[in-house]
Amino acid sequence: MKYDVIVVGGGPAGLFSAAAAKGAGAQRVLVLERDKVTGGILNQCIHSGFGLHMFKEELTGPEYAERALEMLTNTGIEIKTDTMVLSISGERIVTAINPKDGYMELEANAIVLCMGCRERTAGAIGLAGDRPAGVFTAGAAQRLINVDGYMVGRKVCILGSGDIGLIMARRIALEGGIVPAVFELMPYSGGLKRNIAQCLDDYGIPLYLSHTVTAVKGRERVEGIWVSEVGPDLKPIPGTEKLWECDTLLLSVGLIPENELSRDANIEMDPRTAGPLVFENRETGIPGIFAAGNVVHVHDLVDFASAEALIAGRAAALFTSSDASEKTVAVQAGEGVSYTVPQKIRPARIEGAVNIPGVDMDKKCDIFFRIRSRYDNAVIEIDNGTEVMQLPRGHMTPGEMERVSVAQNFLQNTDGITIKVVEK
Amino acid sequence: MSEFTEFTCVVCPWGCLLEIQGDKISGYSCNRGLKYAKSEQTDPRRSISGSVRIVGAVNNALPVKTSAPLPKDKLLDAARLLYSVTVKPPVKTGDIIVPDILGLGIHFVASLSMEAEK
Repeated sequence: MKYDVIVVGGGPAGLFSAAAAKGAGAQRVLVLERDKVTGGILNQCIHSGFGLHMFKEELTGPEYAERALEMLTNTGIEIKTDTMVLSISGERIVTAINPKDGYMELEANAIVLCMGCRERTAGAIGLAGDRPAGVFTAGAAQRLINVDGYMVGRKVCILGSGDIGLIMARRIALEGGIVPAVFELMPYSGGLKRNIAQCLDDYGIPLYLSHTVTAVKGRERVEGIWVSEVGPDLKPIPGTEKLWECDTLLLSVGLIPENELSRDANIEMDPRTAGPLVFENRETGIPGIFAAGNVVHVHDLVDFASAEALIAGRAAALFTSSDASEKTVAVQAGEGVSYTVPQKIRPARIEGAVNIPGVDMDKKCDIFFRIRSRYDNAVIEIDNGTEVMQLPRGHMTPGEMERVSVAQNFLQNTDGITIKVVEK
Repeated sequence: MSEFTEFTCVVCPWGCLLEIQGDKISGYSCNRGLKYAKSEQTDPRRSISGSVRIVGAVNNALPVKTSAPLPKDKLLDAARLLYSVTVKPPVKTGDIIVPDILGLGIHFVASLSMEAEK
């Protein structure tokens, strides 16, 4: 009863991991999903904009999820929905429970972690003031409206201009609600430029940068929110408070990879990504346990999370053993770079770049990273100790993940490389 | 002198900054972007998504999307048509849920298949 590969999570990363594992020769592949259906967060992302890379057409979230599931039909991949994974162990035993099978102990040759991420909450940002009904995370509101069919409020302010916040602003407007404003703590939006255009500008919704909610007002239900301008230190500027009347506040204040299972299994974590430290093939610090998608780091596009899953799923299928003494190159985040994925590269294992059209498949390793602030004209420098690779970039923003391809021979004679941003 | 305008392309997640001066369009990096820049000048359109009530399926809401982009000034009127719609499963992706929105020949179609709940 041993599985070749068990995938924890049936969202886009999980489905693509399973497909890749099967494609790479794994016989018995099992996907475990806690929701009633696969597809994960895509089921509530009913807007369009997914799939341009993976499926070569623009799809809505549910359509992308349906296509991903279709890839698995007639492949023999087993899927258990309504199934909660309770633990994973370094010996690659997965315990899980569901109403049909009861408690299960499942053995795997390799495991792929695809648990995705969850939202930061009012508690996580220390939101002050009253505690009335009407404060939601943006994703929870999205599920209530798009899946469960409940409107969350009539006059809805939004804190945070990440993509979910922007998309929910438009969604509320289309559902007949009023969105007085979107507030953003930072001096720039964390969302895609096109979402500012098509979700706010199109509907005349103002975006206040360098503003934050200092307190919620209301006894039973939200009656309003206190909003202040913030200074360069991101602290509210005294005297700038203004009361905005509304009955609902949505919070789009960041996502955190969901790694309780990883921590319980003592997988080494990266505090910067809040996900597991991974090698070039998305193997974690525990041999035979891989990770892909938003559980590793929060991606901008489902297509990129899916592409990462193709790497992890294939590597899981091919896993035999890992040799701790194998030559490893550490990838350091230098000046202006907040983190990199992967954090470690074993040059001998580099197969090719991520399977994204337009990217050559030579022996190169793609490194993904985020930068700390906005640049209009900068150069990305990759230093291996003897040689510096320079990649000029135009506009860069922390809201958009950067990617560089590093050739195998650039990594051969070094213990570590550093990626940094230099302003021109 | 012709007027200079710039706006963000919404065709794909890259979000190129399009610049238009008279007949001269720049800033796009693909043909779809060029097409968008032109149409935005003469006949701005957007696709929208929404949901309708569904009874007897695993969820209470069925996601729908427009079969083609709608004129930008008709988006809210179009969305309003969805408020009173109730459907029953089974529904297949692509099924027409609201035909001929505002007489424009564009439909709201289902963007997810949904079976009746057992």
